[in-house]
Amino acid sequence: MCSLCGVLGGRGHWTDTSSNPDAFRAAAPTTIAGEQQARTNLVNKVLKHYGLSLSDWAPGSFVLRSHTGQTALVNNLTEVWAAAETMSKKECDPLDAKLLDGLERQTMQAS
Amino acid sequence: MAGYDALIPVNVVTGFLGSGKTTLLRRLLASPHLKNVAVMVNEFGEVGLDHHLLSSVTKGVLLLENGCVCCAIRGDLQEALHNLFAQRERGDMPPFDRVVIETSGLADPVPIAYTVLIEPVLQHHFRLGNVITVVDAVNGLSQLDSFPESVKQAAVADRIVITKTDLCEDPDVADLKARLIALNRASPIYHAADNTAAELLLIDDAFDSEAKGAEVDRWLAGAEVGDDPTHHDHTHGVSSFCMRFDRPLDWTAFGIWMTMLLNRHGERVLRVKGMLSVIGMDAPVVINGVQHVVHPPTHLERWPDDNRQSRIVFVVRDISRAEIESSLAVFNRLANPGADAATLAPYTHATA
Repeated sequence: MCSLCGVLGGRGHWTDTSSNPDAFRAAAPTTIAGEQQARTNLVNKVLKHYGLSLSDWAPGSFVLRSHTGQTALVNNLTEVWAAAETMSKKECDPLDAKLLDGLERQTMQAS
Repeated sequence: MAGYDALIPVNVVTGFLGSGKTTLLRRLLASPHLKNVAVMVNEFGEVGLDHHLLSSVTKGVLLLENGCVCCAIRGDLQEALHNLFAQRERGDMPPFDRVVIETSGLADPVPIAYTVLIEPVLQHHFRLGNVITVVDAVNGLSQLDSFPESVKQAAVADRIVITKTDLCEDPDVADLKARLIALNRASPIYHAADNTAAELLLIDDAFDSEAKGAEVDRWLAGAEVGDDPTHHDHTHGVSSFCMRFDRPLDWTAFGIWMTMLLNRHGERVLRVKGMLSVIGMDAPVVINGVQHVVHPPTHLERWPDDNRQSRIVFVVRDISRAEIESSLAVFNRLANPGADAATLAPYTHATA
C-alpha cells in the first residue's frame, strides 16, 4: 500500500509491460517511467478530443485534468476512461466517427 | 506474491437450468486427478462430496460505482474465497489446489471471473481457470433462441460440454453444435456422453503457461473455420469474427484502444482472444478477455508457423466487425504517424 495516498497495490494492469514480464520479457528493454511517458503522450492525443489531459504522478499513477481545473487521480488506463467520462460528461467511445476523424487528422499532421 | 502459475485456479461450471451441471461436476470430482478440490455452489446443489469441500454462496452482489452488472465484485464470493483461503492457511481444512464454482442456471459467469481477477486480495492467491459451459442437447437450441443468459454463457466459455445427446437425433445435435461454434469459435466442444474427462475440462487449462501454445492453436483453428467476414450468427445480436493485421501492432496504442473499448462497450464485447504481433517483440503476445475482464497477457515462445499476422477473435453483441477493425487501425496509425498508412491498415479479406 502506498503510505502517501493509501492506495492498495494490485497485481498491475494488463497493459503495463513492466507488470507482465512473462509476456514482454523478450521485448526491447524499457523503463517503467519511459513506458508510462509514452503511454501518457498517446493518451493525451485522444483526451484532447474531450478537453482533458493526463500527466504522470508516480509510477503506476496519473493525474487527469480538465480545462476547468478539475483533477482526478487514476491508477491505470481502465480508470482513465471511466474518470474521463465523468469529468467531461461525454461518452469516450473509440468507435465514434468524430473521434476517429480527429485522430486521423492528428496522424496526418504528425506525419 | 505467488507467481502466476502458483496461484490456485478457480474454475466456473455454468449452464442453463437443468442442463446437467451437477451431474457433470459429480463425474469430474470422481477423477483421481482432482483429489484436492474445494467446491462452491450458489444454490444448494446436492453434489455428493466425499473428500471434497463444500461451501455455499448466497446471492449478494455488491455493485461497484459506475459499474455495469458484469462489472460487479460478488461480495458473497469474495468473502467465501477469503474464508476458504484463511481456513486453508490455518490448516483448518485440507490444502485444496483448485476451486470449482457451480453457478445457478440463470447466473452470469462474468462477475465471478471479475471478482477473481480484480479483487485486490484474491488476485494474489487465486487465478481464473477454464469457464465450462454445459448445454443441454434437448433444450439447448430453444434456450439460445429464447434466453440471452444462455447465449452469454456459451459465448464466454473456454470449454463447452453438450449433455443429453442420447435423447436427441444426431442432426439436432449437429445444429446445436453449429450454433455454438458460431457463437464461440474458440472453445472446443465436447459431448458428455463421450465420458469427457476432467483433464480436458479442468486440468487442460486455457490459462496454463505450459498449455497456452495448444490453446492458441485451437483458437486459430476455430478462426480459420469461420474466416468469412460476412458470416455472423445473430442470436440476440451476437456475432463472432476474426480480425487480422498484417503488420505488427503498437502495444501502447492497443492497450489504450482496448481499455477505451471495454470501458464504453464492455457489456457488448463478450469475448476477445488473440495472438498479436507486437512492435519490438519476436514472439507473439496472447490476450484473453471476457467483457471488462482482461487476463494478464502472456507470450508464446515462438510463432506456431510462418504466418506473422495478428489475429484477434471477437464475440460481440450489436457491434460490427468494420467498426472495430477501422477503429483499431486508426489508433495504431496514431502511434505510428510516420508509417505508411496502408501498412497499418487491417488485413483485407479477399471477399470483403
